[in-house]
Amino acid sequence: MLTTAQTVASIAVMAAVTFLTRALPFLLFDRGEHPPRVVLYLGKVLPPAIIAMLIVYCLRGITFTAPAGWVPSLLAGVTAVVLHLWKGNDLLSIFGATVFYMVLVQAVFA
Amino acid sequence: MNRKTLAAAFHVTIPVLMGYLAIGMAFGLMLQSAGYGVGWAFLMSLTIYAGSGQYLGVSLLATGAPLTQVAFLTLMINFRHLVYGLSMLEKFRGMGARKLYMMFSLTDETYALLSSAQPPQGVEEHAFYFTVALLDHSYWIAGSVVGSLAGAALGFDTTGVDFAMTALFLVIAVGQWKAAGSRLPALLGGVATLLSLWVVGAEDMLLPALGLIIIALAALRPRLEQREEKEHQEVLP
Repeated sequence: MLTTAQTVASIAVMAAVTFLTRALPFLLFDRGEHPPRVVLYLGKVLPPAIIAMLIVYCLRGITFTAPAGWVPSLLAGVTAVVLHLWKGNDLLSIFGATVFYMVLVQAVFA
Repeated sequence: MNRKTLAAAFHVTIPVLMGYLAIGMAFGLMLQSAGYGVGWAFLMSLTIYAGSGQYLGVSLLATGAPLTQVAFLTLMINFRHLVYGLSMLEKFRGMGARKLYMMFSLTDETYALLSSAQPPQGVEEHAFYFTVALLDHSYWIAGSVVGSLAGAALGFDTTGVDFAMTALFLVIAVGQWKAAGSRLPALLGGVATLLSLWVVGAEDMLLPALGLIIIALAALRPRLEQREEKEHQEVLP
């Protein structure tokens, strides 16, 4: 586990970088200059690529030696996607899938 | 901030109230189960104030990621905010000192509200925007504090609550998949990350994956930009 100072430093970096991404357009383009096309291009294509990357990152702990290593993630992941395609409600999809996953890992595949 | 402004702002933020309390609570629970108590939940929600960024932050703290990795990943996951700011330049002009806070608090949800909601008659628009932003932020802090306290007090088994992060990203991906002009960036992100996981392993997979994604997106730029333009034309009558 990180020390308190390391934790504070990590949180400070997250806060500073997050603020930077939100403030940069105002600092750079508030006087009417047009943003470079490469920024607009990346702003469009980067988000879906990053989210796909993070989904794989979230599932990195999956193992295939026993069903308990991959079946809960698969079932709960499919649940999240199907619920979302069906109802289109963020909260329902996230909470439904998470509760289902918790039941699976705590009771069914424990 | 007068009562009329507060009432008008509260009214439009009710959906965000529901959402932020729920997503914030899941964040507080996750952080608690990673060994960080309510003070940390409060500090992160007060100073970072980013949904998916803070979910990822739990994982970065839990794995003890180095600061360079923390910085780079936070930049990438929040890159979309660059585009939000561009469309708020006009709206925030002339807000003085409050503008700094408006920039800080420009989350996905606040952006969505500010893009669409109009202040009712007799309510000054800048005060309205500011109050909307402030209310959303306070919901987020409240949700994460409540989640953290609930996780500590109830003492129930939180094993598996971290799946909320996976579910959040899956939900975002479904929305992007349906709206995207091209599915190539999403597929590329997934394949590049799997490749990185396979080659360098789970510990250090993210930075190589990011590098690969950026190189591939840069290489595909002529093709993807052309396609976007073509589809844009097809949409027009």
